[in-house]
Amino acid sequence: MSERKTSPEQGDALPAPEPQAQVSPLKGRRIRVLVAKPGLDGHDRGAKVVARALRDAGMEVIYTGLRQTPEMVAEAALQEDVDVVGLSILSGAHMALVPRVLELLKANGQEQVKVFIGGIIPDEDLPRLKELGVAGIYGPGASTEDIIQQVKAATAV
Amino acid sequence: MTLAEQLLSGNRLALTRLLTQVENDTPEGRAALTELFPHTGKAHLIGVTGAPGTGKSSLVNQLALHFRRQDERRVAVVAVDPSSPFTGGAVLGDRVRMRDLAGDPGVFIRSMASRGSLGGLAQTTAGLVQVFDAAGFDIILVETVGAGQAEVEIARLAHTTLVIEAPGLGDDIQAIKAGILEIADILVVNKADRPGVENTLKALKSALELAHPVRHVFQHHGKLEVVEAADKPDYNSWIPPIRQTVATDGEGVSELADEIARHAQHLRESGDWTARDRSRLGSELDALLQETLLARFREQVPDVQYEKVLERVFQRELSPWEAVKMLLNGGAK
Repeated sequence: MSERKTSPEQGDALPAPEPQAQVSPLKGRRIRVLVAKPGLDGHDRGAKVVARALRDAGMEVIYTGLRQTPEMVAEAALQEDVDVVGLSILSGAHMALVPRVLELLKANGQEQVKVFIGGIIPDEDLPRLKELGVAGIYGPGASTEDIIQQVKAATAV
Repeated sequence: MTLAEQLLSGNRLALTRLLTQVENDTPEGRAALTELFPHTGKAHLIGVTGAPGTGKSSLVNQLALHFRRQDERRVAVVAVDPSSPFTGGAVLGDRVRMRDLAGDPGVFIRSMASRGSLGGLAQTTAGLVQVFDAAGFDIILVETVGAGQAEVEIARLAHTTLVIEAPGLGDDIQAIKAGILEIADILVVNKADRPGVENTLKALKSALELAHPVRHVFQHHGKLEVVEAADKPDYNSWIPPIRQTVATDGEGVSELADEIARHAQHLRESGDWTARDRSRLGSELDALLQETLLARFREQVPDVQYEKVLERVFQRELSPWEAVKMLLNGGAK
């Protein structure tokens, strides 16, 4: 297994935006994230850790559970009007699943939604995924702090 | 075309965007609610509440499936989960139990974080329900956060309130406490395949019979005794039925749906449907009034003045009541 410690995105990560002034920490707009596991692998530990970390960073995380089709992911993203979709894929099927999710989001009029991927993604697939518009890719050992910062940066208005 | 107009013509993207605006209570959201209001008042609002882990989400899943199969009515689900009181973040996990509904264009599920509200719903849940109502959904299922004993706001919002219980959650003392059981239009004992279900049923039944005395016939020293109900039975009043379900495999769900239909019919025939609508709109109006008056007050009294008065309260120079009087009379001199 690769010992990649950080995401390849980390180098060009934007600085974290200033937190927006809010009347109350419990009111107003919050970053909404859909965390989904498309495909057939059953390992959702990583997805749950990320969901929890984003929650602790003050985001509203909608967790969909295992074995989602790209259609189910896109439909949930539409119904929940999320800012971010996080896909966890460890099955190796990312080159089939990710482009399909992006395509469906676009077809639904949600091309502004930022897509992040976590899981086992071989280095040779990274350029193509970035070209497709994936906002961040994280492998084993990625720090949740980096993920939080980059999700915040990607959704800063 | 405004978002509201697009929504009325069936645009799902407009619907989801509007739900967000209303949830965040933006000026656009408020304007849209005004525009949509004449189109509301048609849907059957069904509240689903109960302790965490009793199977609310699974039951909502089954009910929605049933309504779709039965007569293809369009179903919206608003599922509320708690926000963290510390970070404001939330994990909204109700969709995990509702995967059977994926792919059906006649179902729309929206998850909501409670954002600091304590009554089991979020402050803007009623607004979301109005948006779905205007969008032409026939049935709107509202699932509360896992509720304990006092989260009874749902009863004000819904036409029909289901309170979900499960075996092993408490004895008959729990069943006679005030609060959540009193708001039930239908009591559901879910997980009815689990041991202990008989005890739960018995406790609920006896709690109900105290509230709605019925005619009893029993054997006493070998002969039949009849105990009439304490008051003349009021045939107009609705006695909450108790239904058993197993939400994981759908057992008892169609009977529960029949009971819901029966309740809707009862509401319409007894006039309670309009009475509930009226009282719901009344409490919405009250809440808006409070909010608006508070906002107006904050505009008129500068923060510094407020802080000054608060400081005097803190120093025990003023009681909170005196402070309120002072602030309302133009602030601290």
